[in-house]
Amino acid sequence: MSSESYEFTIKGTIKELLTYKSGIFGIAFFILLVILSFYTIVALPYDQTIRLWRGEGGVWLETPRTAQPYWVNYFGQNLPETIKRDSSQSGQSGVIKIITPIPDTNMKVARISFTFDFSYDSFPSEINIFFSAKYNENSPFLNIYWVKPDGNEIKLLTYIPRSQNDKLYLSINPEVKSALNLYVYNVLGGAPESPLPPEYSLFAVEDASMNSTSTAKPLKGTYKLYIDGTLFGEDSNIDAKLIVYGKVYGIAGTDNQRRDLTIGLLWGIPIALAFGLTASFVITFLDLLLATISGYYGGKTDSLIQRITEFYMILPFLPVLIMISTFYKLDLGVLLAVVIALSIFGGGIKSTRALVMQIKEYPYIEAAKAYGASSKRIVFLYIIPKILPPIIPTLIGAVPTFVFLEAALAILGLGIPNLPSWGKIINDSFGNGALYKGNYYWVLEPAFLLIFTSLAFSFIGFALDKIVNPKLREV
Amino acid sequence: MAVKDLAKFIIKRTITIFIVIIIAAYMTIFIANMGGYVDQIMRSEIMTNVMTRLQNDPNFRNYPQELRERIINETLTVEYRRYGLDQPFIVRSILYLKNALTLDLGSAIYLTSDSGSRFVKNIIIERLPQTILLFTSATLINFFLSLYIGLYLSRHHGSFLDKLFLAGAPTSVIPGWFYGIFLILIFAALFNVLPYGGIIDVPPPDTPFLYALSMLKHMILPLSSWIISAFFLGAYGNRTFFLIFSTEDYVEAARAKGVPSRQIETKYILRPSLPPIITTLALGIVNSWTGAIITETVFSWRGLGLLTYAAITATDTPVIIGITVLYAYILGATVLILDIIYGLIDPRIKAGRGI
Repeated sequence: MSSESYEFTIKGTIKELLTYKSGIFGIAFFILLVILSFYTIVALPYDQTIRLWRGEGGVWLETPRTAQPYWVNYFGQNLPETIKRDSSQSGQSGVIKIITPIPDTNMKVARISFTFDFSYDSFPSEINIFFSAKYNENSPFLNIYWVKPDGNEIKLLTYIPRSQNDKLYLSINPEVKSALNLYVYNVLGGAPESPLPPEYSLFAVEDASMNSTSTAKPLKGTYKLYIDGTLFGEDSNIDAKLIVYGKVYGIAGTDNQRRDLTIGLLWGIPIALAFGLTASFVITFLDLLLATISGYYGGKTDSLIQRITEFYMILPFLPVLIMISTFYKLDLGVLLAVVIALSIFGGGIKSTRALVMQIKEYPYIEAAKAYGASSKRIVFLYIIPKILPPIIPTLIGAVPTFVFLEAALAILGLGIPNLPSWGKIINDSFGNGALYKGNYYWVLEPAFLLIFTSLAFSFIGFALDKIVNPKLREV
Repeated sequence: MAVKDLAKFIIKRTITIFIVIIIAAYMTIFIANMGGYVDQIMRSEIMTNVMTRLQNDPNFRNYPQELRERIINETLTVEYRRYGLDQPFIVRSILYLKNALTLDLGSAIYLTSDSGSRFVKNIIIERLPQTILLFTSATLINFFLSLYIGLYLSRHHGSFLDKLFLAGAPTSVIPGWFYGIFLILIFAALFNVLPYGGIIDVPPPDTPFLYALSMLKHMILPLSSWIISAFFLGAYGNRTFFLIFSTEDYVEAARAKGVPSRQIETKYILRPSLPPIITTLALGIVNSWTGAIITETVFSWRGLGLLTYAAITATDTPVIIGITVLYAYILGATVLILDIIYGLIDPRIKAGRGI
């Protein structure tokens, strides 16, 4: 490593780094990641993220399950988005709510009707109605009807909310199912080959294609759902919210728990950066320090450090790390500390030590010794600054190793608790059979982020290597 | 004199490596027992078992209070002694260490081999072939690929192919298991031509030929994932390594003398660069025997890696210790053999000064 004649300044190095195309990509992507990290931490504070990711308070009730990102529609698909109609929000188009008291009684007649356009090529994923009823003793008595664009009307069910805030899951409600099965039976003049789920029967074009889920097509046009009901009590009231869940959501889609993946992917950035950079920096510097001490002092210190290095070589890194993180639930900081403790006596020590032993014999060190510089001074001011530059590329290049290590631990279910990370999302997707079910976006999004992040560091590392170790450029 | 020096060197190395193995084994025993916490878990488990057994005994309930307590205490003492729990952890850990070092691996607490054996030895031996088949093959294929391509590139450095490998080198930061995910996505999920994972079709084919074929089919993806991951950087690293050797003065001198280039390559470049290459290969092969926990998890490849993971999650300490100690022994022996070989063949490495 002939780096003697080079003086490295940060500015000069970055300037030179930008003469490499890979260096430009690396730095640009790195800057983007740093900006996004700051944005994430500010826009989605730690506590809020934990609450969101746990799904406390039903925050994800209105998002579809395992929905793809909406931009898949730009690639020739026409998947439905989620449609919401809420009677409590007056002025929303497609919502009519009329409540009229019946004279001489304390009863009221209510009619809520929702209309919406549906012009997608695929069926919705689910349909739910959320009620918020106000009553004293008797729950309201509701009849729910569905009107297709061609005017066909289906009575779905008679419904009595069991509580003030009841939820009606149309897609799995047995009454709705049997009503729709009967309807499909009448249309086809017989039972279909495979039973149609409610969201299919409700939206399908009414001809022979209704015979099975694979041939059924959604009918485009304006749909209407209306609720006729009787309310009991002077101050009784009712509101309903219809949600026709789509199959696309947001820029990242959702997972099986309806959580917006954007949150997890964004939080993955600061976690990956913090984990990768901290581990890589601390380990490299401690390695460097130990190697320098080992090489410079020699004797007993040297052989002790060398024996510890051999001991570390024999202790299997990943099993020990997994053992520790299985037995003790570790948060990010402790996990980092354990990773660092298990890696500081790594293989890098031997080569750095050889370099130190070479430098030890240089005239300028001898000169320093001659004028009485202390060993500490020589180690910290004369040797370490000398061997630091050639090690920086290794440091940067090692960042992805630790980013992937965090992901690997997460895949084993040993990631940091509470917070989402890329590895955890991949783990979730695997655990829910995303690859079998074709939910590729769920695996690919965190995977691509991992790849780009690691490539960015790797590119910077390789380009830096050429700058600080110019011998590599010649060969 | 030289023989005496060498003998002294060998003995010294053997002793230091053995001490390192002892420390590593003890560390593993300590961590795998959570510093004695596993004993407590086992104690409470034994206590629950004893209590339920006695409660279900109709005679027991009719005994007077005093007698009942005495029976409970006696049974517990016997059970604790049966598991060796009557002694403090420190004493037991020394006993474990002795057993581990003499390769008396004992029996597992929870895990069993597929054939039903509880002996740690059998459990490990059952998984070892799968791991060797996959990961040792991967290590060997990677080694020869990177060696030959590296040699070729060093001969044609500056060519298009050379630049391609240089540009591709950063892709090797992505680990094999990660490429595995993509390979599964493409070849299993999208095109449905190769299995998602596992070792053999279910049910396994009858004839040995079809059996081997089915196994090979399951090996393609995990093997490819490791080859892809190491491909560019491996070849590029070897190429740079050979180039550095080929600019040495003695190589220039040989060239000036007119030594044929074939001979320069084998005698002047390859031979002196052999020791580090062989070290890498030897350590790589030894390492491959422990399997790869993550790759085996991604591909559901039932090898030693998955066994290690299962043992850890079940806190089956005898299995964890068994695997670690075996690995430590094999690795220690490999390091020792390499040291001795280098002490013998390489004049630059002087025996006694350490390496």
